[in-house]
Amino acid sequence: MTFDTFITNYVWPTLIMLGQSLLLLVALLIFIAYILYADRKVWAAVQMRRGPNVVGPWGLLQSFADFFKFVFKEPIIPAGANKGVFLLAPLISVTLALAAWAVIPVNEGWAVASINVGILYVFAISSLEIYGVIMGGWASNSKYAFLGALRSAAQMVSYEVSIGFVIITVLLCVGSLNLTEIVLSQQTGLGTMLGLPNSFLDWHWLALFPMFIVFFISALAETNRPPFDLPEAESELVAGFMVEYGSTPYLLFMLGEYAAIVLMCALTTILFLGGWLPPFDVWFLNWIPGVFWFVLKVCFVFFMFSMVKAFVPRYRYDQLMRLGWKVFLPLSLAMVVIVAFVLKLTGWSA
Amino acid sequence: MGLQALFFYLFSAIAIASAFMVISARNPVHSVLFLILTFFNAAGLFLLTGAEFLALILVVVYVGAVAVLFLFVVMMLDIDFAELRSGVLEYAPVGALIGFILAAELVLVLAGNAFTVEPVANPAQPIPDLNQVTNIQALGDILYTDYVHFFQAAGMILLVAMIGAIVLTLRHKESVKRQDVSQQVARSPETAIEVVDVKPGQGI
Repeated sequence: MTFDTFITNYVWPTLIMLGQSLLLLVALLIFIAYILYADRKVWAAVQMRRGPNVVGPWGLLQSFADFFKFVFKEPIIPAGANKGVFLLAPLISVTLALAAWAVIPVNEGWAVASINVGILYVFAISSLEIYGVIMGGWASNSKYAFLGALRSAAQMVSYEVSIGFVIITVLLCVGSLNLTEIVLSQQTGLGTMLGLPNSFLDWHWLALFPMFIVFFISALAETNRPPFDLPEAESELVAGFMVEYGSTPYLLFMLGEYAAIVLMCALTTILFLGGWLPPFDVWFLNWIPGVFWFVLKVCFVFFMFSMVKAFVPRYRYDQLMRLGWKVFLPLSLAMVVIVAFVLKLTGWSA
Repeated sequence: MGLQALFFYLFSAIAIASAFMVISARNPVHSVLFLILTFFNAAGLFLLTGAEFLALILVVVYVGAVAVLFLFVVMMLDIDFAELRSGVLEYAPVGALIGFILAAELVLVLAGNAFTVEPVANPAQPIPDLNQVTNIQALGDILYTDYVHFFQAAGMILLVAMIGAIVLTLRHKESVKRQDVSQQVARSPETAIEVVDVKPGQGI
């Protein structure tokens, strides 16, 4: 192998992929900074407060100020903590949450890696996010942190099951595990049959409406968002698994959590809200780039996430488990069977 | 090919090293964490051979669910390390014997070519061309179309095992308060509130 072919075969593609990943990473981090700000603003508005409004115009630079504050603080490792695992936990949490973004297509062909088993990859990564929580809780050598970690272990495993079944129902309708094809398959569907082709009625949210709701609520539980934030229930566990963390490790946990939340919003968008597809088949809506629609839909789903946080009280732990195992699991299991039957009998499947 | 070989040696070296750490780490939680690392690298090896579905299922099932339960149990155990280490010499001969038998068997199989299977001329299930069908289609065809009855039988056995485990461990305590959601939802002001006309100076 000559040096030239080595460059064209290995070095150049690696550099391109590195550039794409960096671009996505920077865009994602800035997006997360503003989604954090939006979360606090929405929460404040519901409680008739002003929210962050001091740093920068309308408080727009608040997240960056918080970032610098966390970075410049002294990291404290508690006595008796398992030092290696203690520092590894936030790193794992943030790395996994960001790694899942590699396969998310934000527009047609705009994914760092468009792999055949994209949805399975995202599912695998999101099932690993629990390790950051468990390791952090255990390594802190603190009762509160440990209890929070145990709670979250049970919670995340439980809701993963129903998320898996919801994904299967969508896959039955699509016939592919590639995220780009999942979006493209939503160009035709119920809306086309109702006489409104290429519209928002074609997307899966309408055809699979119960699954859309189950997925949304399970996503809240999977990302430990209120009303399912029992792993960090401050009224019982101070701050749950991250009670011993401060400065940069805490920042990484926070970043990982919000990256996972935005990932779940993006996944909802891709599975049920038609990804980058415009809501109507009108020329000026089609002319707007797909990224705009994608980001708009992610923001819409996140708005619903933060509204739920603002006005739903926290669940009790046994109620949470009951909802996961006794309501969502049978419902999603039944929907898998029903959807498979309908597709087989009507011949709609791909 | 060079890059693939590089990744192969990377994954297998880390897998072997972390598998060694699983049995040599002092702290059982560290052992489980190393076990997870081993699973991960095994998934990486699957990816290199083109079995992307198996790789991700390994991560979802073993790392995402089974190892979490391992970790869960090991963290809750109250382990006395001194007592654990004192018994090492007692069990060493048995362990060495088992290890020796295992190693001998492996050598026999690998060196003797005793169990080499000749490729069948016309197999009932030829391996499909992976350029035409994806991993998942190929596996799905075999599991859910060709051998669906065996699959269902396996599912039934697992179901029976699960029900058995639940029946053996289920205890219904009368003293425990339970939440009955349908009863709560069915409550109305008529069944929940009673308006009492209290006469002055009498009480209820």
